[in-house]
Amino acid sequence: MRNAGDVVLSARRLVTTFDTPSGRLRAVDGLDLHLRLGEVVCLVGESGSGKSVTGLSLMGLIDPPGHVTCDEFWFDGHDLTTLPESEMERLRGRRIAMIFQEPLSALNPSRRVGDQIAEVLRIHGLASRAEATRRAVELLGRVGIDDAQLRARSYPHQLSGGQRQRVTIAIACIGSPRLIIADEPTTALDVTVQTQILDLLTEMQTSLGSALLFITHDLGIVAELADRVVVLYAGQVVEEAAVEDLYRTPGHPYTVGLLASVPDVDAPRKRGVALAAIPGTVPNLLEVGTGCRFRERCDRAHDRCGAEPPMITLSEGHRVRCWLYAGR
Amino acid sequence: MLGRPLKVVRAVDGVDISVRPGSTLALVGESGSGKSTLGRCVARLDTPTGGTVHFSGKDVLAAHGAALGQFRREVQTIFQDPFSSLNPRRTIGDAIGDGPTIHGLMPKDAIRDLVQQLLTRVGLRPDHADRYPHEFSGGQRQRIAIARALALAPKFIIADEAVSSLDVSIRAQILNLLLDIQAERGLSFLFISHDLGVVRHVADDVAIMQAGKIVERGPVDQIFTDPREAYTKALLHAVPRATLGRRHRDGVVARTSMSTTRPIS
Ligand SMILES: Nc1ncnc2c1ncn2[C@@H]1O[C@H](COP(=O)(O)OP(=O)(O)O)[C@@H](O)[C@H]1O
Ligand SMILES: Nc1ncnc2c1ncn2[C@@H]1O[C@H](COP(=O)(O)OP(=O)(O)O)[C@@H](O)[C@H]1O
Ligand SMILES: [Mg+2]
Ligand SMILES: [Mg+2]
Repeated sequence: MRNAGDVVLSARRLVTTFDTPSGRLRAVDGLDLHLRLGEVVCLVGESGSGKSVTGLSLMGLIDPPGHVTCDEFWFDGHDLTTLPESEMERLRGRRIAMIFQEPLSALNPSRRVGDQIAEVLRIHGLASRAEATRRAVELLGRVGIDDAQLRARSYPHQLSGGQRQRVTIAIACIGSPRLIIADEPTTALDVTVQTQILDLLTEMQTSLGSALLFITHDLGIVAELADRVVVLYAGQVVEEAAVEDLYRTPGHPYTVGLLASVPDVDAPRKRGVALAAIPGTVPNLLEVGTGCRFRERCDRAHDRCGAEPPMITLSEGHRVRCWLYAGR
Repeated sequence: MLGRPLKVVRAVDGVDISVRPGSTLALVGESGSGKSTLGRCVARLDTPTGGTVHFSGKDVLAAHGAALGQFRREVQTIFQDPFSSLNPRRTIGDAIGDGPTIHGLMPKDAIRDLVQQLLTRVGLRPDHADRYPHEFSGGQRQRIAIARALALAPKFIIADEAVSSLDVSIRAQILNLLLDIQAERGLSFLFISHDLGVVRHVADDVAIMQAGKIVERGPVDQIFTDPREAYTKALLHAVPRATLGRRHRDGVVARTSMSTTRPIS
């Protein structure tokens, strides 16, 4: 594992709610997160577990009817709970950058990609008008786009999905961000292209020395990428650990079930044997009451699981929200 | 039984595949390689410009009238996003009963009974028949799609990325359901997927597609343990493993040196 650097982001009890016609939904419910420079933290969970909302909340991109509260929120020496929106605006996109699953949504469809990069360079005051175009081409080459000079003149739809994601990575890295949040950036790509994009992303992160919060549902990517892993279930962190600990000694029955559910591409098919699965479905966030949110699907559930489970430290950096480990 | 149930020649570009009765052929490849097109040709939802499709020994593309009706019953398709094929204003009971109703197979009461049996079989409740598609989760909708495909007692099912949009814990539930039903009914499957982990655990035979052509095919274990083609090897190598093995073996160094070679995307 790489040496962990200084803490760049520290959030305590992050809560993000949405007011919906059927009531208030707590999409993220009391999340603690600490990210260090130079580390890759993977945020994993199934769809609806609150991964994207967490990323958007950290970026300050939740709009009404969404509402974010946090007991403590420090980023790069700034107290973001008191920072005026104008200051936040300056940090966002520059010191914290976000990359999304669908690069087309982040790019302007009617402008050449070179011009879009040049514009960001100028906005950040990193290049004069005359210089910006040349720097944009340079950046495209830097993120591995062939014929950068020619490609700079392309519109987003003229690029492949992988090339488009390279462009958004280039844009994200322009301001030398201290934190890069990547929300499923390779989910829409084929595996061979995915490998290249993951390589590029970690290479950029390493050279910038920034923290990378990588959001994914793919436990294969987590094993290859993460230094640390945070597992979300129904808006709550259920387990957090160094990647080695999580895969060797997963603590939460949900994590255990998730790891078992991934079909192993290197193991032969066992005919007549059912694939490991977790029964049931994730709870409706509007209906969760008190107690463990996983208990209906849990093969180790117990009466006490009706009460809010405590977050228990198993070993340094390995925390599990589960009654199984209480009183040990 | 099916005999030689299916033979496609040049469906996409000189492609030649066959599915043995009661077995699963997985069609694997990256997006745009032609998997869905081939699946649609086999189901006669698209018409290939050349080639032949045989099902149970009969020429599918030449079929019309009663023979075509029989083919439309015996071959069913399940797609990735069942929501898009479900009418939001009709109950799922009506959707599941559509096939038997259209084909005039049985009286109304019998159809209602069948729908309830099928809902139970796919792990839903009989009273779900009166609900609407939006009331169901992604995994439940895929169960509905399976029930609907089974309503006509097919012999052959084409599943096009049928579990690709499901979360891992739910995906395994749906795969188990498909495998159980296959064993119960002796169904044949054309299982289209880009997910090699899933394919290894459901397929009997595998065909690897690239740019409209089959580049390699064979029994599942041979393809995964002894692939012959460079393309198959590259695909297998690229799959991220949910174990620490490779990370510790190749390490970060290998990852970095890999990315200094020119990217191809
Ligand atoms: N703008 C919104 N309004 C209402 N609910 C929302 C909104 N955005 C997200 N949610 C809800 O918050 C929960 C978490 O969503 P999300 O973070 O997107 O999940 P994930 O990224 O893990 O799939 C979901 O139940 C989702 O429906
Ligand atoms: N309706 C269509 N019109 C034009 N081109 C199509 C159409 N459907 C598919 N194609 C093209 O055919 C090729 C194969 O597509 P498809 O069968 O969908 O691939 P896959 O399912 O493997 O992703 C692609 O290059 C695609 O762009
Ligand atoms: Mg998301
Ligand atoms: Mg397809």
